[in-house]
Amino acid sequence: MSRSSTPKGMSRRHFMSHMTGASAMTMPALAMGNTLLNNAEDLKRRRKSAILLWMGGGPSTMDIWDLKPGAPTGGPFRPIATSGDQQISEHMPLMAKQMHNMSIIRSMSTREADHGRGRYYMHTGYVPNPNIEHPSYGAVLSHQLSHQRPELEIPPFVTVGGGSVGPGFLGMAWAPFSVNSNGQVRNLQMGLEDQRLYQRMYALDLIESGFINQRRGSAASDHQKILKKTLNLMTSSQMDAFKVAGEPEDVKERYGNTNFGRGCLMARRLVEQGVPFIEVGLGGWDNHQNIHATLRDTKLPELDQAMSALVEDLEQRELLQDTAIIWMGEFSRTPRINGNAGRDHWARSWSVVVGGGGLNGGLAIGETNSDGTRVETEPYTSQDVMASVCKGLGISLQTTFTSQNGRPMKIANSGKIIKELFS
Amino acid sequence: MKRQLWAFALLGLLAQMVCLPGSANAQTEASDYGIQEVAEINRLIRQGWLDYEIRPSVAASDGEWVRRVYLDILGRIPSVEELREFTKERSPEKRKALVTKLLYDEEYTEQYANNWTTIWTNVLIGRSGGTERNSLTSRPGMQKYLRDSLARNKYYNEMVYELVTATGSNTPGTDQFNGAVNFMTMKLEEKAAQATAKTSRIFLGLQVQCTQCHNHPFNEWKQQKFWEMNAFFRQTRALRRYEPGTRNVSHVELVNESFQGEGLTKDPDKADIYYELRNGITKVAYPVFVDGQSIDPSGYVEDVIRRDELGKLMMESRYLDKMLANRIWAHFMGYGFTKPIDDMGPHNPPTHPELLDYLGQQIRKKNFDLKQIISWVALSEPYALSSRTNSSNESLDDPLLGETPKFSRFYMRQMRAEELYESLLTATRAHEGRGDYEAQEELKSRWLGQFVVAFGNDEGEETTNFNGTIPQALMMFNGDLVKKATDSNKGSFLSELAESNLNNTQKINHLFEAAFARKPSTNEVKVANQLLIARKGDLTAALQDIWWAVLNSNEFILNH
Repeated sequence: MSRSSTPKGMSRRHFMSHMTGASAMTMPALAMGNTLLNNAEDLKRRRKSAILLWMGGGPSTMDIWDLKPGAPTGGPFRPIATSGDQQISEHMPLMAKQMHNMSIIRSMSTREADHGRGRYYMHTGYVPNPNIEHPSYGAVLSHQLSHQRPELEIPPFVTVGGGSVGPGFLGMAWAPFSVNSNGQVRNLQMGLEDQRLYQRMYALDLIESGFINQRRGSAASDHQKILKKTLNLMTSSQMDAFKVAGEPEDVKERYGNTNFGRGCLMARRLVEQGVPFIEVGLGGWDNHQNIHATLRDTKLPELDQAMSALVEDLEQRELLQDTAIIWMGEFSRTPRINGNAGRDHWARSWSVVVGGGGLNGGLAIGETNSDGTRVETEPYTSQDVMASVCKGLGISLQTTFTSQNGRPMKIANSGKIIKELFS
Repeated sequence: MKRQLWAFALLGLLAQMVCLPGSANAQTEASDYGIQEVAEINRLIRQGWLDYEIRPSVAASDGEWVRRVYLDILGRIPSVEELREFTKERSPEKRKALVTKLLYDEEYTEQYANNWTTIWTNVLIGRSGGTERNSLTSRPGMQKYLRDSLARNKYYNEMVYELVTATGSNTPGTDQFNGAVNFMTMKLEEKAAQATAKTSRIFLGLQVQCTQCHNHPFNEWKQQKFWEMNAFFRQTRALRRYEPGTRNVSHVELVNESFQGEGLTKDPDKADIYYELRNGITKVAYPVFVDGQSIDPSGYVEDVIRRDELGKLMMESRYLDKMLANRIWAHFMGYGFTKPIDDMGPHNPPTHPELLDYLGQQIRKKNFDLKQIISWVALSEPYALSSRTNSSNESLDDPLLGETPKFSRFYMRQMRAEELYESLLTATRAHEGRGDYEAQEELKSRWLGQFVVAFGNDEGEETTNFNGTIPQALMMFNGDLVKKATDSNKGSFLSELAESNLNNTQKINHLFEAAFARKPSTNEVKVANQLLIARKGDLTAALQDIWWAVLNSNEFILNH
């Protein structure tokens, strides 16, 4: 976004301070606290981020990361060597060159094999509970990492091209900001002179506050917080980070001319801008039918191109050591092949891939048995992956949230560190 | 003018005191309007307050109540004229009269049918159903069926039977058109797994999808049950019909065909299906309903049409009436007796089991007449409570804090996207001259499309961006819909209001009543005057600023 949509003749800061003086529309509390942190450059160097590559539908990890060529139901794909200490599917040749940066956790063992429940569990570290909504990865990590970027004016949790899981009891202020992979954010322009917008906002704030003061609960006050964030975003030049179209042609080509490719490229741009958490969605993994042709011809080429570009690009820009990448879906698929040449839902033994952000790359951690139906080594869970990512990003595992009903909740649901990722 | 206003406010206050003796002291009995079901709802909900030692919120004002009733029954807020007509009425029975009017007056039939068509369409085929590439669903077909049925208040059980057993063409204007088929046309892939799961879930509140592949650890349903239920759908086929001489699908026909079974012997007299246990053992299944009743296992349609048998069995199931009661209750109250509302299996006990059972029984006795159960809930005491909390129920009755709902206050919620859309049209009188239903639906669905986010799995799961976050706020700030609503050109709502012979105070009042169903506060009037000065006396521009602020507020966007 160009400066032109910032109220004319006023800088954004100036504009916001007007708002502050005139009404209860205050600056985000974060920005206040962080005036204490005076060395912005130093801060920028140390700031951590995470990118979640979310594979909606549940990808078959034994066809991608943990092949069983000897097993009767291992499928037709062959393993190939990588730059790391693991083998992966022959249909992931570009990732094979990046695997020194990434580790495969092959002994994931979870219990949720329904899409909704699995999505919730893998995003939060908690099984669904009708009485409480837990915050998702993006909400937790952006909540923990936001203090490192006092200058951030755009939402700290962005999801590209797919649905994520919400902020739960952390509140709507930590909800994902959802955009399409083309990076066009709708309805950004108001086309009103600054003075008049400010006067409208003043009237709006008065009405809002009147309603909030009638003890209407959090739904009323959350709305006011969202208004502030919206105003922030409308007047920020940082919105340029969403504009992937402006990248050089060769870079766009490297990521692939796909929605997922553009999403990954946007993720890198957002990390550079200081956004602490980006989720990029790639759906279409619910392959109950005809799985191997689908993987070979469409899903894996798209994934391979974009994911390898992202890892490579972050490494070349020296961002990888501070940016964790997590690749996972809600579960995986049955080691057996069904009557429709597909695989069904399976959570008992599968793989998640992580790297960057202080996590060791190049490893295969844990093992499954010869036909992939069981984990042979210590089983790992959603909580363990989340705890390890937190540790890699320097977030204390002693961090405790308090849910709205006063229940203490430890970050990552007290997951244990996966030791091999650190040394 | 000032004196008139005072008189008006006083009248309003008096009216409240007259018709709501319980408002000052909520421990006294609220009116049940002589309706047995309303009395029983009030009694059982009050019992819960006693058990938890909760004092309910005060009664909602007339304005708050009438706004919710319009939103929940017709899917839009009341117009200023409708609001004033109601508030000036003095009869103690006026709430009952209004609910009756909205449900039974011909003037409102179309709006009622349209609103509930939207609600049911989203339940039956999702927000994006019919918009997929090469879709087998005709959204207009689904909507036509629902509108026709709801407009003549077809009994709910008849509708369910028709949806479950339908055959015919999915597209309006084709031979043998039967819009009801659209519920199932796209749920038959992969051995009709979706038809099985969605039928059980939507109409019976039984979530069986987890048990397709395995016995669920937390669900008493076993894998066997899923496939026994599934066997009812295996004669059903969705056949594509092409435009003559082309490969373009013109419509889809849902038919029942004889099914020979999956076994090696192919014995249609005993058409069996097979499923695989986790350990690789294959087991057989025949059609058996959730309560254990089985039917003739023949696959020949001449012997037995399995979906017809399923429909009959469903009609007798108590799950059918309880699910309906739970759905209607949740629609009006913001929370159901279970969470989620369509998971009512034995592992998920309801908050008010006696009331749920009672409502289910009563609606069954009343032939599943939707308008009856709607009036019971809409006229109940808990529905008429304020959304303001008090010290006794602030945290003890806040489902957002993980408490089970005790219905001691009205739970605020975001308007649904469709409700917001329709409300904006009502508030700006943009209904007039909008074209026919199809044209309006087309415009609305294009607008709604921006908020749908798919999850990318075969179950067509989706979520919405219209959830009180930034994209929605941006839409309200700057989107076309609100731009249009705040337009000040000649002939627009605002310019007509500005040019009317009302005085300035009345004009401001009009805006607040149109959006909030209340008059502005002193401070709000003050800020409106400040804006008038800031706009250098340009009244239309000042009204535009106020109207923009009003529409962007929490109070407008929330059903409170």
